[in-house]
Order: sequence, then structure tokens, then C-alpha cells
Amino acid sequence: MAERPLSPHITVYRWAYTMTLSILHRITGVALALALLGLVAWLLSASLGADAYAALLPLLTSLPGKLLAALAAAALIYHFCNGLRHLAWDLGWGFERADARRSAALVVAVTLIGAAICIYVIFGRSAGAA
Amino acid sequence: MSLRTPLARALNHGSARDGVGHWVVQRVTAIALAPLAIWLLVALLSLPLADYASVTGWVGAGLHPVLLALTVLIAAWHAWLGLQVVIEDYVHGFLSRTLALLCSLLLHVLVAAAGVYAVLRIALAGGA
Repeated sequence: MAERPLSPHITVYRWAYTMTLSILHRITGVALALALLGLVAWLLSASLGADAYAALLPLLTSLPGKLLAALAAAALIYHFCNGLRHLAWDLGWGFERADARRSAALVVAVTLIGAAICIYVIFGRSAGAA
Repeated sequence: MSLRTPLARALNHGSARDGVGHWVVQRVTAIALAPLAIWLLVALLSLPLADYASVTGWVGAGLHPVLLALTVLIAAWHAWLGLQVVIEDYVHGFLSRTLALLCSLLLHVLVAAAGVYAVLRIALAGGA
């Protein structure tokens, strides 16, 4: 293809934290596609019987497994909240710079609170339930 | 010089009615997925995952198999659409991009089929 003039890409813009949220939406989206693999693997092992489930369970209850589960939960909460933000934009709401920054801060706050609750539940119950 | 009319050249290169389809389906699946994903997250956090009987019991209970199958299907659909955009943005070159898109499609179909199969198998084993 012939060399055509390209418009300057994102590197020419001054960084704004809303840009971080934008790329995080994509990153968490890809991460959640991987988490879906984990969910289906979990369901498959449960469908194959108690032995198969018992074989997979250590992966889930190990420290790396719990960390991955906590990350997946945090990614889900973030992608959910920021997805609502995108849907609002699609309806034409919240496009003003001040509104977009406020909703960004709200998304970060809700994600941090949600992730903290998930981490508490995932790591807190290892002593009790399991 | 081409003898084809401008209309003939324009046809089959993206119609005016289909171009927005990807965008719309991504939003529709997002809206469908929103309540399902939160339901699943809360359920997984409150389930005693180490106990096989309560896990399979929960999967098979009431409407759970239907909701779980829907969650897996719609999540795979939504993820496929999202990854398609990511691949189109970052994977260059006709062959590698086409292969990546094809692999992504097949993987997502596989994940959706495996997830629905697993849910049905658990639910039907519990009922029999």
C-alpha cells in the first residue's frame, strides 16, 4: 500500500487520566475474555464429576488462583461500571469534560470499593469455609 | 480504466444498513450481560466453592442453568466482538490478522459450546 499521510496518533495529546480509563476498559475486556475460559473450565470440571472437580479445586484455592480470581472480579466490576459510562455516552449523556471526569472518578471509586469487598471475601473465607 | 459502474464497485463493500450492526450488537450484548454478570459474581462469591455438592446443586437449581447458559453464551458473543476490534486495531498484515480473527471466532464458539454443555450436563445429572 502506498505511503499515505496519517493523522497524528494519540501520542500527540497531553495525557489525561480519562485516557487511562479508556485503555483500561480494553485491557479488562481482554482479561475478562480469559476469565471466561476459567469460568468454563470450572463448569466443565464440575460437570465431569467429583473427582475432576477435586483435581481442579487446588488451582482455585491456591494463592495464585485466588489472586487471579480477585483480579478477574476487579476487572469485571471495572468493565461493568465503565461500560455503563460508555452506554450513557452512547445515549448522549455525560459528554462534557467535567461530567466525563466526574464519572471517571466515580468508576474508579466504585471499582476500588468493589474490589476490596471481593478481596475480603476471596481471601477472608479461606480460614472459615474451606 | 474500469467498465464497472460506480454502483457496482460500491456494492458488497459495506452496505449502509449493516455497517452499524457490530456496534449495535456489542451494546445489546452489554446490556444483556450487565445483570447476568453481577448476578454471577455475587453468586460465585457467596458459594462454598470447595463443596462439590453445593456447587452442582447451585448450578442445577431452578432457573440457574438457564441463566448460566445465557451468561456464557452472551459473554462469549460480547468477548468475540470486543476482541475482534482489538485484533483489527493491533494485528497488521492480511494473513496474520485474518488468522487471528479466525482463531478468536473458533475459540469463542468452542468456549460457548463447552460452557453450555457443562451447565446442561450438571443440571440434567442432578434432575435424573
